[in-house]
Amino acid sequence: MDLYKYDVVIVGSGIAGLRAALQAAWTGRGRLSIAILTKVHAMRSHSVSAEGGMSAVLYPDKTGDSLDLHAYDTVKGSDFLADQDAVELLVRLAPEEVRLLDRLGVPWTREPDGRIAQRPFGGMTIPRTTFAADKTGFFIMSTLYNNVLRFDKVHIYHEHFVTKVVIENGEFRGVVALDLKTGELRAFRAKAGILAAGGSGRMYRLTTMAHSSTGEIYGFALREGLPLKDMEFVQFHPTALVPSGILISEAARGEGGYLVNREGERFMQRYAPQRMELAPRDIISRAIVTEIMEGRGLTDPESGMGHVLLDLRHLGERKLNERIPFIRELAIKYVGVDPLKEPIPVRPAVHYIMGGIHTDTYGRVLDVGGNWVRGLWAAGEVASVSVHGANRLGSNSLSECAVWGRLTGEEAAKYSMGLAEPTIDESFRESVKAEEKRIYDGLLHSEGGTVSVYEVRRRMQDIMEDHVGIFRHGSQLGEAAAMLKRLREEARSMRLDDRGKAYNQNLRDLLEVDGMLDAVMAVVAGAYARTESRGAHYRTDYSKRDDANWLKHTLAYMRGGSLELAYVPVRITKWQPEERKY
Amino acid sequence: MVSVTLRVRRQVAGEGRWQVYKVEAASEKATVLDLLLKVKEEQDPTLALRYSCRMAICGSCGMVINGRPMLACQTKLSDLGSTDISVEPMWNYPVVKDLVTDMGEFFDKHRRVKPYMLRREEEIFEGGDEFRQRPEDVERYLDFAYCIFCGLCYSACPRVAENPEFLGPQALGQAARWIFDSRDRGAQERMRIVDGEDGLWSCHYIGSCSEVCPRGVEPAFAIQLLKMRAMRP
Repeated sequence: MDLYKYDVVIVGSGIAGLRAALQAAWTGRGRLSIAILTKVHAMRSHSVSAEGGMSAVLYPDKTGDSLDLHAYDTVKGSDFLADQDAVELLVRLAPEEVRLLDRLGVPWTREPDGRIAQRPFGGMTIPRTTFAADKTGFFIMSTLYNNVLRFDKVHIYHEHFVTKVVIENGEFRGVVALDLKTGELRAFRAKAGILAAGGSGRMYRLTTMAHSSTGEIYGFALREGLPLKDMEFVQFHPTALVPSGILISEAARGEGGYLVNREGERFMQRYAPQRMELAPRDIISRAIVTEIMEGRGLTDPESGMGHVLLDLRHLGERKLNERIPFIRELAIKYVGVDPLKEPIPVRPAVHYIMGGIHTDTYGRVLDVGGNWVRGLWAAGEVASVSVHGANRLGSNSLSECAVWGRLTGEEAAKYSMGLAEPTIDESFRESVKAEEKRIYDGLLHSEGGTVSVYEVRRRMQDIMEDHVGIFRHGSQLGEAAAMLKRLREEARSMRLDDRGKAYNQNLRDLLEVDGMLDAVMAVVAGAYARTESRGAHYRTDYSKRDDANWLKHTLAYMRGGSLELAYVPVRITKWQPEERKY
Repeated sequence: MVSVTLRVRRQVAGEGRWQVYKVEAASEKATVLDLLLKVKEEQDPTLALRYSCRMAICGSCGMVINGRPMLACQTKLSDLGSTDISVEPMWNYPVVKDLVTDMGEFFDKHRRVKPYMLRREEEIFEGGDEFRQRPEDVERYLDFAYCIFCGLCYSACPRVAENPEFLGPQALGQAARWIFDSRDRGAQERMRIVDGEDGLWSCHYIGSCSEVCPRGVEPAFAIQLLKMRAMRP
């Protein structure tokens, strides 16, 4: 196996990973060796699909906005589960990030005087969502990717699928990755590591997220003994296109779109009379599902899916074409509906995982005892800092990815500058050899697997969709846990049909599903244990928020092959929990 | 249900062949990507293809469908007007396996035009304030900034096929994207890179790049603008 040495290795090439690479390279003034490992081509990570925008307080003097207001909106949106020191850091650094992205080349949509334009978004009391038409994520991604190319010592390893994070004695040592093109395994020994591998919408059947957003890294983290935080909080975006789940951005409602039921009623007036269509996503998603369950929805003839309608006709052609052209294009292209003439069929779909790898405020990865796993950081959706708590506000994730990409990139660079060249010692070689054996002998060359990878994945997605959805109940969650446990056992003999080395996607798919099966258990276990309703986690058998018992973060971790739960307090600085009304 | 015949160009270790799959589509709205994934999951897990976002923004799934370079995820049965579909890997790239091409050289050529903000680096990274642009300044380069690196233009270009050293429409289009950005100061430096035999002047304005671009970037137009700039005294 090839062995490589780097100062910093970054897993993932979305906005968090690329921003981290850029900051690490700049902090080291181009002298640090930095590897970006990504299972796709680096410019294709799921961040490209982010549409609506990036939150930041840019011109407080002109708009009356303030950092405190942004922070309060975020904390309230999180149903008071966010760590408030982290939220304060987010809102303080987000404006700097928007301006840096401007200087790097993002084509922000502008006001006539040259200032950066901002639009309203759900749960935000003042328009502070900065945007580049409705392809904001794409433009940030391509700008970051392009600017990373200015540094010769940042090496991009496209289509390198990380199979293992090597941690020894509480310290990060490196990663092992499968080069999809050649089928070779490569070991990367590094002084510092940043996990920025994104989310896991594909745990579910219907999601706005890319096929690549599978989240096996959560499972791999559990195997290394790392705790996952708050995994039961899964965000459903209210408006995914029916039946594909393709995202129809919240920008559509930010620009003035209506949600209507089959009777043509703007039903949000019964759920969030003040904020209407710009209430937070958890509330709107529950409202839509309630409308459908109570018979006021519509049914897609092809898929049988229940849905409601997103009406944009009153916005007019100019606004559609200038502010949300991609939404118009997607609706025309995929369902044959021109939003100028007809409303769009939409329903909620999985969109973001609030939970993730447990970190402190600065993105340092923590063990279950709260100790830093030296040399390891996590940033972006894969991490849970936590700024989003029980429910993320739209446009806070791009800010999160940029801010923690920057923070972790800078920290990792400084940390590695203080260390001597890493050695490849016997124990690292042993870890690498064991991984080689697992992948090649255990999977690629082993005979006798029986069940199809895709069959297992489908069943996992069905269980999650049908039992761990927007409305949850203890008995359903218990059933899901039992079913997933059985599936986990069955999946130990998944069948590999492709035995070749070059671009073996079947092997990649197997490794993904294998990691996901561990990760979903953390979602279900956290949801089963949490006997309250908070943000995106809604229990029909415990429909109230219970601050006395549950104002705390869940940690799920593996011990002796089984999943255990522990809890840590929420950090509150300024805002005491109050009733959440919109 | 619609019955579809998919003829897929398979290639493993240099050996190519056509393989025929029969697949049932839910409706005419099914995309070529939907069908290929159905084959992969239900019939033949050894089939290799790139895909990710399935909404025509990540640029993964470029391939030649019924003789034309296109994104599989935005090509519906109804667009093709046929249930007999042939799928090949993109032209002008080495094949890794089946529909997966090696895009290494394509990415290298893109990098050669310095596709990033050229300005004093302290000003970029430590500057603090924004570089202001009026809406009309953004309009000058915005269309070129829509490039999703899918590689279809490069696949469709007959000049790339004739002259493998040609930088190609994508890289030149991206040179234009930065040259026409009022915040950038690297126009001269980039013009020196693109103003040569294997750069702008390899383009004969055939226009197939613009025709196949799924995002309306119009590399052919960008190249003509750069040629005019190069000719300016």
